[in-house]
Amino acid sequence: MDGQLRIDESLMNTRRLNWPLWVGFLLTLGAFLSYFFIFVRWPITRDFPWANLLLFAVAAVFVFAGFRHGFAVDRPHPTRSKIITVIVGLLSVAVFGFFVLTIFVAGRMLPASHGAPQVGQRAPDFSLPDTSNKSVSLSQLLLEPVNGNSPKGVLLVFYRGYW
Amino acid sequence: MRSIEKSLDQFKQAGIRPVAISVDSPEESRNLRQKAGYSFTFLSDQNADVIRRYDLVHAGAGENGRDIARPAEFLLDSTGTVRWVNLTENYWIRARPERVLEVSKLLK
Repeated sequence: MDGQLRIDESLMNTRRLNWPLWVGFLLTLGAFLSYFFIFVRWPITRDFPWANLLLFAVAAVFVFAGFRHGFAVDRPHPTRSKIITVIVGLLSVAVFGFFVLTIFVAGRMLPASHGAPQVGQRAPDFSLPDTSNKSVSLSQLLLEPVNGNSPKGVLLVFYRGYW
Repeated sequence: MRSIEKSLDQFKQAGIRPVAISVDSPEESRNLRQKAGYSFTFLSDQNADVIRRYDLVHAGAGENGRDIARPAEFLLDSTGTVRWVNLTENYWIRARPERVLEVSKLLK
């Protein structure tokens, strides 16, 4: 009798926790964060976030399963279950929406830079301090040997900075 | 920048010197170089003067609405003439070193 009771309890517990929903939600968060902490490192996964979109798709399957689970008729607390399901579901969609916004919309909000030096033009000379506060000019960089030979060129990389 | 550091030997062999420019102070750049293990030249354009002259200002996009540089790459030949430009349309998409090295083969 005792054993029977315990089994029933554990059955109740698995029914109470809507695990597909929560797995889906955690996967959604993982799909979002992994771009910035992991996939941004490699051009293949950075230029287009297919790895993250794939993770979002897997997460969506779980969230969808969570919805079926949460709206099942045999839930111990049907109303509470439905409310939690809807809230977590909406949060998951919001995380996905924020990801799309960050990568595909906010990422494109860059100035057109029509006045930037173009191919065939001379790059304006400049003089700026390096990391040891020593002033370095472009004309100097174009003369300083690379690998023991006179340089073939300079690659200027402008970046946002880490402030 | 990470990918440039990884390809630094190839850049050296090609006779190309990569130079990074941002509004970060020399101290901040020094910290970044140390932390990330970058060994190429970093220059500080704290007032964004050069960034402005190159028309690369991303107005108010920095901390506290500070003007910063939009990401951009220029390959110059030894006379200082621009041979290749990359003005990305999406912040997350950057020039790949392979492409720069390919173009640099055409430089004398």
